[in-house]
Amino acid sequence: METKHIDGSVGIEKRTTTGQLASGTNLGNRYVVQEVIGVGGMGSVYRARDLHFPNVVKLVAVKEMINQAPDPLVRQTIVQNFEREANILATLSHPSIPRIYDYFTLENRSYLVLEFINGKDLETVLAQSEGFLPEEQVLAWGIELCDVIAFLHGHKPDPIIFRDMKPSNVMINQHNHIILVDFGIAKSFQVGQKGTMIGTEGYSPPEQYRGEANTQADIYALGATMHHLLTRRDPRLEAPFSFAERPVRKINPNVSIEIEAVINTALQYNASDRFKRIEDFKSALMSAGKKTGMLQHVAPVAPVIQAGGIKPIWTFQCEDEIRGSSMVYNGAVYTGCYDNNLYALNAATGEFIWKYAAEGGIVSRPAAYEDIVYFGSEDHRVHAVSARSGKVAWMYYTDDRVRSSPRVAEGHLFIGSDDKFLHAINLTTGRRAWTFDTGAEIRGTPFVINDLVFFGNEAGDFFALNFHGQIKWRYKAKRNITSSPWVQDNVAYFNSMDGYMYALDARTGFLLWRFRMDKPSIVSPIVNDGIIFTGSADGYIYAVEAKSAKEIWRYKTEHQVNGSPVIYRDALYCGSVDGNLYCLEYRTGRLRWKFATKGPITAAPLAYDDIIYVGSHDHYIYALLA
Amino acid sequence: MLKFFDKLRSLFNKKEPEKPALDNIVTAPLSDAQLQSIKALSAHRYEPMQLIATSAQSVGRQRELNEDSLFCLSTTIAGNTSNPPFGLYIIADGMGGHQYGEIASNTAIRVIAGYVLKKFHDSLFSLTGTPVEESLQEILQAATSEAQKAVLHEAPGSGTTVTAALIVGQQLTIAHVGDSRAYLIYNDQRMEAITRDHSLVRRLEELGQITAAEAAVHPQRNVLYRALGQGETLESDITTTPFPVGGYLLICTDGLWGVVSDNELRRILNEGPTMQRACQNMIAAANAAGGPDNISAVLVQLLG
Ligand SMILES: Nc1ncnc2c1ncn2[C@@H]1O[C@H](COP(=O)(O)OP(=O)(O)OP(=O)(O)O)[C@@H](O)[C@H]1O
Ligand SMILES: [Mg+2]
Repeated sequence: METKHIDGSVGIEKRTTTGQLASGTNLGNRYVVQEVIGVGGMGSVYRARDLHFPNVVKLVAVKEMINQAPDPLVRQTIVQNFEREANILATLSHPSIPRIYDYFTLENRSYLVLEFINGKDLETVLAQSEGFLPEEQVLAWGIELCDVIAFLHGHKPDPIIFRDMKPSNVMINQHNHIILVDFGIAKSFQVGQKGTMIGTEGYSPPEQYRGEANTQADIYALGATMHHLLTRRDPRLEAPFSFAERPVRKINPNVSIEIEAVINTALQYNASDRFKRIEDFKSALMSAGKKTGMLQHVAPVAPVIQAGGIKPIWTFQCEDEIRGSSMVYNGAVYTGCYDNNLYALNAATGEFIWKYAAEGGIVSRPAAYEDIVYFGSEDHRVHAVSARSGKVAWMYYTDDRVRSSPRVAEGHLFIGSDDKFLHAINLTTGRRAWTFDTGAEIRGTPFVINDLVFFGNEAGDFFALNFHGQIKWRYKAKRNITSSPWVQDNVAYFNSMDGYMYALDARTGFLLWRFRMDKPSIVSPIVNDGIIFTGSADGYIYAVEAKSAKEIWRYKTEHQVNGSPVIYRDALYCGSVDGNLYCLEYRTGRLRWKFATKGPITAAPLAYDDIIYVGSHDHYIYALLA
Repeated sequence: MLKFFDKLRSLFNKKEPEKPALDNIVTAPLSDAQLQSIKALSAHRYEPMQLIATSAQSVGRQRELNEDSLFCLSTTIAGNTSNPPFGLYIIADGMGGHQYGEIASNTAIRVIAGYVLKKFHDSLFSLTGTPVEESLQEILQAATSEAQKAVLHEAPGSGTTVTAALIVGQQLTIAHVGDSRAYLIYNDQRMEAITRDHSLVRRLEELGQITAAEAAVHPQRNVLYRALGQGETLESDITTTPFPVGGYLLICTDGLWGVVSDNELRRILNEGPTMQRACQNMIAAANAAGGPDNISAVLVQLLG
């Protein structure tokens, strides 16, 4: 097997396959080699002095190509191809193309003698610079490259396809003009490749790998070259054709939207979606440059239905802030409020059905089972009331405020309290089955699955208990776990005030991965379609791939995100302390619409039957069409 | 306590539990195949839960050097205090024209194994059972970075693929770079590659430019865009997925998957007679098909 090295940056090792010519070597009794100025795939490039001009120092570049074909007939064909192409090149006259003076073949090496360019190739320019190259500089080079490519594409009788546009094949001369140095003339010297190799060409478009290359291939490769120059990200080290995954401004936000858009067009995956002709590429670059004045930044235009475009189906006003989520059961929506009441409203119309007054605020989400609605309150109690009438069935007393939401499973109610205990309560009798002392307040909703109860507390402990109330395992996060866990496919996910989202093996408590957010989080993660959605006090809504912990997208709201998102159909709904309810496409994080309320939204919305229910600190419950 | 549990059971048996009110919790129903496999499993149970593994390797028929390396370790600790099953399985396919390929792959497996085992040493062998601090993904990430550094140092200019599987309990965490592969073979006969080749043709295929058949004969089918030992930073793919109980994990180099089809591999596995034999037979099948490259495979099963 053989390793192919990518020119320049990647190959670590020096060329060992060829002996380079020593300085002083006299080639063909005319060119005296001075030094190696470039190393390419098929041989070296030397600076040499032409002895035909004895009275002046005339420098030339000599490009050497080593013929490695073992078969003499093949060798001969290669040399013939080389000579034919050299003849074509010799006829080209353009300020951005070096002149060809001579060519000759000595044994198994062929030589091309060309104008020496006193300057640096763009790969060297990149390597020697720090930080990003100025956008207007890259733009100016890009426009010149369009000119020379247009010249080649306009060649008669046949257009010349450059095929190998990349930074190392573009030189910048003393006057800051570009010169194309490598006409792929060496390509015919490439022998069939064997064995696994590392490094793709990086700049070439997909169709070139099917053996097709037309003028559109040069457009793509120029786009790729400009992308590399603006982002410093070498495409040979990235997954091939992955430019769309790293748009210029994601890496270098200083670049204007206009230039990014032009480069995106050039880099379109399908040749037919790119600029038709290199001239179109050039004029797009020119107008982008004129429009921006080159340094100006333009705010992104939001292609969004603005607030006001969304009208609620109904609203309902309570007497205080709504901090907890709603629940739908048998056609009614149940919502707890800081005004101490639990409200039952007609889910379709918002009509008031009944309210039940606790003796303290309600900040959690109720649960329902067999016609009874269960919820905790700041009055230290867990209340069980009839779903139909709002009459109390039983009350259960804890020793402090109950801010955790109840979970119904296997005939029991599992709920935490500020009294630091997890309570397991018999659903029918309202009696305690057992309690478990965690040593700190429990504010999240327990998650029950596979005979285990999962929850965290304010000391940063996370527990898995069995149905006997015995500890199966425990994990310690660095700070409070206010967030409720979500357990799926034997992985428990939760957030912590330490700024991490955790993924633990549900059977053993082993930490599988953790995901860093910018600030603490009390938001509960939810899992859908192998993606975890969550939010944080840093203001972002996050989408993270469950198996790899890789961020898929993040969306910035204008304030903290403290309530959990929900997924309904292809959309994600999430509130923010900025007062908005956001509707995003869940696969891309793109904003569909947002709806403004007059107070922070800290509760998770509820999606049911095409309606999104959400409460706000502005005292209102809103029902919106999903 | 016990009473509570009994009560639960009786409650549970009395009738189907009513679906709790809608609060956006969704559980997907099990497929028939999943139900089948659950039934099959409860037929024989293995205690303690344990990993069994076997490996096979051959230089192939057309190469003189073996540039592949593999590593296998399965641990069972059961008794008064016990650990979840722990296993580490690594395959590396080295490349580099100047005899450095085998150094690269060998360095990679040893450095990764050494790093991971050091991290787990206390959790496995100290009497207090000190928990591991970093996440499994963080440990594998760090281990591959260490290996990257070591390969750059020991075998400059070379490179190697690495597919490393760390199993703790029923969670399978994989670090992957290059074009070796990890497959899961489920009880219901499904076979699924859970790694993605970092190769040019795979990318072209994903993007619909060429078909799988074209990829198999593409002149640049051996071009990787990512390998351990190349570039300054290494981006390996790290994922965690559940290990299919009663199913198999197969890790292999392209000397196997490039030559023997998925269907054929599955058939060989089914025809056993033991998984050890099956693993050897897979390698034999690659050799029978010409053995153009080095061949390595590791086959793992989780019994429980
Ligand atoms: N005319 C020239 N004057 C000065 N330097 C040159 C000239 N031509 C080439 N070079 C230098 O040599 C390097 C390699 O040259 P070139 O790209 O022509 O060869 P190559 O990469 O081997 O060819 P190929 O890409 O076809 O394999 C260039 O990046 C540049 O730095
Ligand atoms: Mg070149």
